[in-house]
Amino acid sequence: MSIQQFSNISSNNFEQCVKCTVCTVYCPVTAVNPLYPGPKQAGPDGERYRLKRSDFYNEALKYCLNCKRCEVACPSGVRIGDIIQQAHMNYSHGSAGVRDRMLAHTDLMGGIATRLSPTVNGILRLTPVKLAMDLTLGIDRHRTFPAYTPRKFTTWFRRHALKRQDRFTRRVTYFHGCYVNYNFPRLGKDLVKLLNACGIGVDLMKDEKCCGVARIANRLIKQATDAAKVNLREIRAAVASGNDVIATSSTCIMTMRDEYPHLLGLDNADVRDHIMTATRYLYRLVENGDIKLVFKPDYLRRIAYHTPCHMAKLGWSVYSIELLKLIPGVELSVLDVNCCGIAGTYGFKKENYRYSQAIGKTLFDSIAQVNPDIVATDCETCKWQIEMSIPYRVSNPISILADALDVEATRAANNI
Amino acid sequence: MIKNYDIIIIGGGATGAGTARDCALRGLKVLLVERLDFTAGATGRNHGLLHSGARYAVTDRESATECIKENMILRDIARHCVEDTGGLFITLPDDDLDYQKKFVDSCLAAGIQADVIDPAEARRLEPSVNPDLIGAVKVPDGAVDPFRLTTANIIDATRHGAEVLTYHEVTDFVRDGGGRITGVVMRDSRSGAVSKAYSQLVINAGGIWGHHIASLAGVNVNMFPAKGALLIFGHRINNMVINRCRKPANADILVPGDTICLIGTTSDRVPYDSIDNMEVTPAEVDILMSEGAKLAPALAKTRILRAYAGVRPLVASDDDPSGRSISRGIVCLDHAGRDGVEGLITITGGKLMTYRLMAEWATDMACRKLGVEAKCVTARQPLPGSEPSEVKKQRRLKGWRRAKSHIIELSTDQKAAEGRHGTMSREIDRKDPAGESLVCECEQVSVAEVKYAIDVLHVHNLLNLRRRTRMGMGTCQGQLCACRAAGLLAGEGACTGDSLDDLASFINERWKGMSPVGWGETLEEAQFMSWLYEGVAGLYD
Repeated sequence: MSIQQFSNISSNNFEQCVKCTVCTVYCPVTAVNPLYPGPKQAGPDGERYRLKRSDFYNEALKYCLNCKRCEVACPSGVRIGDIIQQAHMNYSHGSAGVRDRMLAHTDLMGGIATRLSPTVNGILRLTPVKLAMDLTLGIDRHRTFPAYTPRKFTTWFRRHALKRQDRFTRRVTYFHGCYVNYNFPRLGKDLVKLLNACGIGVDLMKDEKCCGVARIANRLIKQATDAAKVNLREIRAAVASGNDVIATSSTCIMTMRDEYPHLLGLDNADVRDHIMTATRYLYRLVENGDIKLVFKPDYLRRIAYHTPCHMAKLGWSVYSIELLKLIPGVELSVLDVNCCGIAGTYGFKKENYRYSQAIGKTLFDSIAQVNPDIVATDCETCKWQIEMSIPYRVSNPISILADALDVEATRAANNI
Repeated sequence: MIKNYDIIIIGGGATGAGTARDCALRGLKVLLVERLDFTAGATGRNHGLLHSGARYAVTDRESATECIKENMILRDIARHCVEDTGGLFITLPDDDLDYQKKFVDSCLAAGIQADVIDPAEARRLEPSVNPDLIGAVKVPDGAVDPFRLTTANIIDATRHGAEVLTYHEVTDFVRDGGGRITGVVMRDSRSGAVSKAYSQLVINAGGIWGHHIASLAGVNVNMFPAKGALLIFGHRINNMVINRCRKPANADILVPGDTICLIGTTSDRVPYDSIDNMEVTPAEVDILMSEGAKLAPALAKTRILRAYAGVRPLVASDDDPSGRSISRGIVCLDHAGRDGVEGLITITGGKLMTYRLMAEWATDMACRKLGVEAKCVTARQPLPGSEPSEVKKQRRLKGWRRAKSHIIELSTDQKAAEGRHGTMSREIDRKDPAGESLVCECEQVSVAEVKYAIDVLHVHNLLNLRRRTRMGMGTCQGQLCACRAAGLLAGEGACTGDSLDDLASFINERWKGMSPVGWGETLEEAQFMSWLYEGVAGLYD
């Protein structure tokens, strides 16, 4: 064999596909939607045709959830989900419509809605409004938008938490994301409480944009890239000051680590290792003995942990699970990995609602079987989907840890 | 039963098929006899390049002129077999830029449009081209699918009354008392049965095997078997044909063909007795890779699906060890005048590009001998699948499907089938939803398309099916599709032999092409394939 043959290793990732088709077996969409060709067909197989002529792009690719379960399943490391998203971005006809733009600009919409939150929340819950949105915009009438908060997380942080942070020398930068800022500041507050109790100060970025996942999913690539560039600049600044960057949303983290370089072509290799979920950050400190967590003995809960698809892609659900196990009064069941079906803005769209619920059914059934007090998961859209579909309450592991934490004892254990 | 024809044509390559069509269109009663399958020889083992003629402009004006004329005709009559990619002749720093001027002048003299463009413009038109190029000329090259082209000719011939026998080898000629050839003796290669067919004239269109066929008649056609090896890559890296602007040499054409691209060729004289068993050597693979990467550097990092070689049916003239300087010109021999053997014509030389013209020459000669007046119409009459009047209908059909389908467009396999069969794809039965299931996932061949091929395109085994549809030609080289297709063939009662033997020989034939490039992903694929067939399907041996 000559030297050339040794170096003839394909630079096209899709050619590493050996057609084993295990991706299609793991695809939650293929299982419920016969119109979707499945990840192998939509990804590596379809790519050969699209390289021949772009009109071989098939609109059925829009059924892809971008859950990345195909990539987790692939034994050859083919970035199937990325290939499909890329095709969607490059070849899909026409530009994103009003609905997709609205859904994609989570930060813009959130910024407006929080100012008018009582009115907006009320209006969005009215049946005639839902019906009208269904008919005019194509947002499924069965969906309820998560309530907007009257006071943003950043406002709270500036007024009530910022000063306190100066006391700590160990610091971490928190990427709160749109959900915490506009819908659910409590999760951010829980994280601050937890970290502060362990002697860790929280910094926010000077300028934080939406991670861009919803824009990517809705083909607003320029907007996604602009936001990503700002975030990367801020991440670099944080890392330069010695901080890691953490988030309570697994999807934001997956987007900033993997989608930025793979889909937006933004190199983040210099800082990628410093971007992680809050539970991974915490667990590693606990594991190294750098911090200690002390929990209330009377916090007794049956918890079922659901692995969000993007957490599975990161391979980091183990950190959330191990942290929850540290709480003495918790009886933890880890559910089999099944997609909840919502995939961010995907499940809000009328054409996807049916499939979204069909995909989620396995998960819903398995939750009902365990019948826990709380479902724990690291993804906000999984939370919406589960809460909209079955009568169970869903919390981020960080909130559960904060709830169960004996703050005084923890402070003492960490010599604060 | 004695069968009488006006013409018996030996050879089911592009030339034989084209001649059968031409003869049938002129009202002659035709039998075409092929010892294996259509396109089994050099027709199925070449570049699939729709030559503009530019390659021969400097060295062989006659061939160049023929090429550009036929190029324009094929774009018209064989639209569904042709892709107008355009071509570039690039000058690299190693090459002499002065050659470019001579090249362009020769092209223009031969009637080939040749525009000198800026290297930057060439990089923009074809991003995969070697960025170091110092000169580029744009010519009307394209891609042509020889399988489709031959099949379309066969279909039209049979529509006009021609009969076709595949897997029948001509073992001898029938002669009358005066020594005149009046028919052929054929052996059915599957049953072994021997039969005869009679005709006024026999046309030998056997390509390189025409040498042997002529010898059966006791005449000598001195063929020069020139082996040409090619590599097929896993996907298209270029969308324009890329040639080297220099005297024709090894591995200097990169052609995009359907979902893949091909680099070729080499040219070496081989002994005549080896032509049935061409193997690509490691040295050939090496030269194809290293020369190919000079045209498009990405080739060095692109998965190679397989290697194969064909034998050019050149007619020897002078002492040329490589065969490069032999004319690609057409040779049409009337053995009555040349050798005193009445009733036999040999049509050879030429190339895929000029198959139609070769057919026209042979048919003209046959008509003269038979006293038939009819004129050749093959230069104007579109092949089945390329009828222009059908274009509108096709659009309407699309609109109807658009209205009916939730997904507002044809599925990928329907688009692919349309590309393969042109307007004939309407005959594929799309009523049964189960027909939409894929047999070949890499090349998007559906159950419905396989059934269509079985019904209409003379399919008796997996190899036939591959040549008619691309089933098994994709990345996995038959791993997923061969079993499924074997099941369908057996279910439809279309497989003439034992299904398992057919499957085994198909897989072995795929492996033959993979083994010279058996490393990296191709080796992994082959290993996985063997696990599937041996481990899962329990097919040993």
